[in-house]
Amino acid sequence: MLLYLIKRLGLSAAVVCLVILVLFSLLYFIPGDPATIALGPRATPEAIARYAEKMHLDEPVWRQFVIYIGNVLQGDLGVDVFSNRSVTTIIMERIGFTLALVTTGMGWAMLLGIPLGCLAAVKPNSWLDRITGVLSVGTIAVPSFLVSIWALLIFAVHLRWLPAIGAGEPGEFGDQLSHLVLPAFAIGLSWVGYLARMVRASMLEVMGENYIRSARAFGLHPRKVVFGYALRVAILPTITLIGMGFGGLISATVFAEIIFSRPGIGKLIFDSVMARNFPIVQGAVLVATSLYIFVVLFSDILIAWLDPRVRESL
Amino acid sequence: MSENRSEPETGIPAVDASGLPDHVSEAEVLESAARERREKLLMFVTNWQGLTGLILVLLFFASAIFAPWLAPYEPNTLDIPARLSPPSLEHLAGTDQLGRDTFSRILYGGQVALKIAAIGVSVALLVGLVLGMIAGFGPRWLDNLLLLAFDTVRSFPTIVLALAMVALAGPSMGMVLIIVIVTSIPQYARVARTATLTLKNTDFILAERSLGASTIRTLWHHIMPNVVGPLMILAAMDVPVVVTVEAGLSFLGLGVLPPTASWGTILNEGYLVIRDAPWMVIAGGIPLILTTLGFTFLGEALRDIFDPRMGKGR
Repeated sequence: MLLYLIKRLGLSAAVVCLVILVLFSLLYFIPGDPATIALGPRATPEAIARYAEKMHLDEPVWRQFVIYIGNVLQGDLGVDVFSNRSVTTIIMERIGFTLALVTTGMGWAMLLGIPLGCLAAVKPNSWLDRITGVLSVGTIAVPSFLVSIWALLIFAVHLRWLPAIGAGEPGEFGDQLSHLVLPAFAIGLSWVGYLARMVRASMLEVMGENYIRSARAFGLHPRKVVFGYALRVAILPTITLIGMGFGGLISATVFAEIIFSRPGIGKLIFDSVMARNFPIVQGAVLVATSLYIFVVLFSDILIAWLDPRVRESL
Repeated sequence: MSENRSEPETGIPAVDASGLPDHVSEAEVLESAARERREKLLMFVTNWQGLTGLILVLLFFASAIFAPWLAPYEPNTLDIPARLSPPSLEHLAGTDQLGRDTFSRILYGGQVALKIAAIGVSVALLVGLVLGMIAGFGPRWLDNLLLLAFDTVRSFPTIVLALAMVALAGPSMGMVLIIVIVTSIPQYARVARTATLTLKNTDFILAERSLGASTIRTLWHHIMPNVVGPLMILAAMDVPVVVTVEAGLSFLGLGVLPPTASWGTILNEGYLVIRDAPWMVIAGGIPLILTTLGFTFLGEALRDIFDPRMGKGR
């Protein structure tokens, strides 16, 4: 387990370094003066000069990268060229909104999708199984940003049940919660389908195993057999799916934040792209990507901890 | 590898002219292949999901290719007096804020989606196939290096990477293509690599090598035909992703630029007038859902028929 942990951590660290390298070198893929490209044609000469100084653009490229990666490791993601504020501070102000949205969206999808998949697997071809099948195909087919737009149209514009934009007044929990409902619904919906399908498929496989038959033969309560024994094994592929799919969840969150004007990381990246404020884009993309890498790492470690067979394979 | 792809030219080394063992005649082999093909066809025809998928996919191709003949109006003809008129017999899906016919624009938007999907998927498949075979067949260090590169690209959430790239290079259709290709290469390469690794030590490849076949010949004539099957199925599943990325980026105003009609730009224009003209976001979303459904159904049906072991229930 320790060896696995070390290897897996090393791999993630290497990937994070490469991600930083890619983000750093994006500037140099495009011909022209890096500072002008980063800030766009409308940037003032002062801003360009400030950016050039901040990024040490007069140094050779490899030294710029060393300085950049050194700063990133110390938690310094650079300075916003327009307001001169620290990018790290700006991101930290916003990241709470994004994390709240991601966890609520994933949370309700898991709470609904996993039991639905279990029930569908316990009684294959029942009406519940059929409904789950249709529901999961239906929800997977609708791209998440379309769910966001249509949810906005139906529940906010047409029925006026929920607020359309913003994240609510700071400090007022109920208000913030009501602003969270629609985006969380939008990013979680397709996951209900994914999770139900995945859990159903692996559950059906596990239910045929000998130890489940033994547990049943001992006269254990069916609920105990399903949730206590079968789900433990059947959940493993689902954990991988959640880990790998977290990137898609972040993409969905970006759309949801833009459509519902929620001040999170996704909206921050979008606004900065529009304003040609590359330092913020660079920093926020790095944070979002690291978050994804961390979740994949966490899910892999969790699986290795739960399933000894996986530890051998890396 | 699965039996269905053991075509004569891959399985049997070309030692004599017919290349067949003594106890079977060529006619028997052809007959057995024909029988297998008939069985597969029957399986496909009796699979309602596969048929629905095929019809939707054909609809997608036909509506895009024949858009100039099917569309009742020119996609960019302005008709200011009729602006924002609701759906009627004259304008099946209403008009937008400039009086352009939404239905015609959707048909023309299909051309953009088709172009991006066709070019993006085929280039990504080809590059992924070559890289994957190199990784699987080449030396260990090259394999590790390529794997690390794939992992790095995959650690970026698609839309987040797209935003970072568009931030520097500016939006355009070419940029959308580059993003789509770069982000889908790793999945093709990984599947190709795994298939190559399993094939590498099979008897027929060893026999081929011992007969003195060059690496290029082995890869091209013997590995490639066996690897390309699963990749085609993957490609069918990838089309909805590609189309969604295009629509999503165009929706954000960072993909295909107006006035070009694309499903994303229609949704974007509809989002701006969502309170007055809800039909635009509804009509703009439907083709996206139908395309996703079609390719997902088709891909799943093909997978169930040709490669039952490849991923269950996903």
